[in-house]
Amino acid sequence: MDNSRRKFLKLAGASVLGVGALSAVDVLHSPNVLAKQAEKDIYKQAANALIGNRWGMAVDTRKLDHDVCEKIIEACHSTHNVPHHEEKRHEIKWIWETEYKHVFPDQEEEYLAERLQKLPIPVLCNQCANPPCVQACPTQATFQREDGIVMMDFHRCIGCRFCMAACPYGSRSFNFRDPRPAIKHENKEFPTRMKGVVEKCNFCAELLAVGKPPACVEASAGALGFGDLDDPSSEIRQLLKENYAIRRKVSLGTNPSVYYIV
Amino acid sequence: MNDKPKIILGLIVFVAVFTFPFWYNHLSASAPPKVELTEKAKAAKVCVAEKEFMRREHMQILDQWRDTVVREGKTIYTDENGKEYVASLSNTCMDCHSNKAEFCDKCHTYTSTDPYCWDCHRYPEEKK
Repeated sequence: MDNSRRKFLKLAGASVLGVGALSAVDVLHSPNVLAKQAEKDIYKQAANALIGNRWGMAVDTRKLDHDVCEKIIEACHSTHNVPHHEEKRHEIKWIWETEYKHVFPDQEEEYLAERLQKLPIPVLCNQCANPPCVQACPTQATFQREDGIVMMDFHRCIGCRFCMAACPYGSRSFNFRDPRPAIKHENKEFPTRMKGVVEKCNFCAELLAVGKPPACVEASAGALGFGDLDDPSSEIRQLLKENYAIRRKVSLGTNPSVYYIV
Repeated sequence: MNDKPKIILGLIVFVAVFTFPFWYNHLSASAPPKVELTEKAKAAKVCVAEKEFMRREHMQILDQWRDTVVREGKTIYTDENGKEYVASLSNTCMDCHSNKAEFCDKCHTYTSTDPYCWDCHRYPEEKK
């Protein structure tokens, strides 16, 4: 009895090793073109891509009115196939306008300048340097790029909406409905989203990649400035040098990259 | 005590029933579909990698494209011959292979593969 058990265990062990070794050999031998290519640098940025260390935006409230805001929103939403749902609770927004008291709820001025009281101010994702949404995302669908852009990888989003709870600016929207029927004029160059994913402003990463500034900046007639916050000679740093600008809810420690010149 | 015939008969029935799905499918399976190329794809002659590789591993390359483009922001792919392509399913792949029904769906349906690319990415409308 003892002897046969010993034999059996030996045989079993040898078979496990044998099978394991076989599959290892199989893996090593299979030709993997991708792995071979990956050794060389087969992926790169386009030659004309805009490259920055930390992209930022400055909103000049002195140049804003309702028409400018409308143009900005239209430019953004049509570029990115943002759906327009009739029902308010299904609303998707990347950039939208609101009033000073909602943009800066912690400022609490008792007597606010009249100009600012009813002024429509565009708000969007602040592309925080310390983004709480990235920390909250369990699948790393939301992540921070090396140039500071807080991006969404929709392929990975599982629709848990932790990021929406984490974002102190309400910059994220959830697709409760299939967005496709609610898109009037589709931009064929940019994908849509599907039901069940969260979406938000991506600082036009797809336009920066081909050397263009963000769509909202283009449409803003000078009300929005854009550039690299880490580059002292950039357009945005000039704007911030010459004007007093504030950011939203800085006390939370998110370090937003969107400034408002007031 | 001689149940030999019964046992053998039982075994035959068992093996027949057990393997039924295999030979049934083998006999009734339709021929694998032939991929059809558009005129533009035929004229181009080469894809972003060799034909055999694309046939077998196109999903791997697409997966790598989407990760590199979305997560690393690198949009230009260089093939083995040094030719550069914009890594984009809708704008590069579907530009040549604009016949999704013939080029993609035929094989995917045959192998009951249901990729969810088209939930978000657009493909060219086909003329009927």
